[in-house]
Amino acid sequence: MAQEKTLVFALMDAPYESANTATALRLIDIAVRRGYAVKVFAYEGAVLLPFSRQQRHPNAIHGRSVEEENHLLTREVIAFLIAAAKQNGGTLDWVNCGLCVDERGAGEAIEGVRRGSPADFWQMAQAADNTLVIGTR
Amino acid sequence: MASYLLIESRDPYSSGDNEFCLDLARRLVAAGDKVTLFLVQNGVQPARSGAEAAGLVALAQDGVDVVADEFSLRERGIAPGRMHPGIRPSPLEVVIDRLAEGCKVIWH
Repeated sequence: MAQEKTLVFALMDAPYESANTATALRLIDIAVRRGYAVKVFAYEGAVLLPFSRQQRHPNAIHGRSVEEENHLLTREVIAFLIAAAKQNGGTLDWVNCGLCVDERGAGEAIEGVRRGSPADFWQMAQAADNTLVIGTR
Repeated sequence: MASYLLIESRDPYSSGDNEFCLDLARRLVAAGDKVTLFLVQNGVQPARSGAEAAGLVALAQDGVDVVADEFSLRERGIAPGRMHPGIRPSPLEVVIDRLAEGCKVIWH
């Protein structure tokens, strides 16, 4: 069933700020588990989702250590999704908008993430079975 | 007849433009199109029985398939048995199903 469908997702929200991010990652998870070809265009704050320097932190207010807090890192979720896509015979092509990356100093992304431009999004959408744009409010 | 998936992530209590999806769904189904309104995140809050949801209930009666994300419902403590009639829980997989079918989709 691998690569049966190609779906594109455009994301705009920065990590840890919006419920949109959790829903978007849940949707991508479902698609990669089906072995689909999934393409993500991360725009604006969303380019920080795979930022490789994200670190866990303790929670002093609740007296929890780094390990106890076990803070979820979006870069790890995305790495998991890229691996899951391969395991299921599909692909996850994650493209970060280059200008958005430069503005935010977010060039250090995890392996599997590439730099692109809005032209990539246009090409992705042209070739896809469908596209979902999840914009900020 | 075209198929549409409207995804509503906003609730009417903190958003002033919540009528957008309701109005669009109303117009599309009146034109003979097939419409699914998928409530997600805070968008599921009006699905709770007791909440003001006359617009959603009317849409369901008019033939719009009004569904609410099971995960979002659980997060907010809304049990399936405590929802307005005509609105039913649904897994998020429905969104991927509709995308794969080529349904026209709008996130709000």
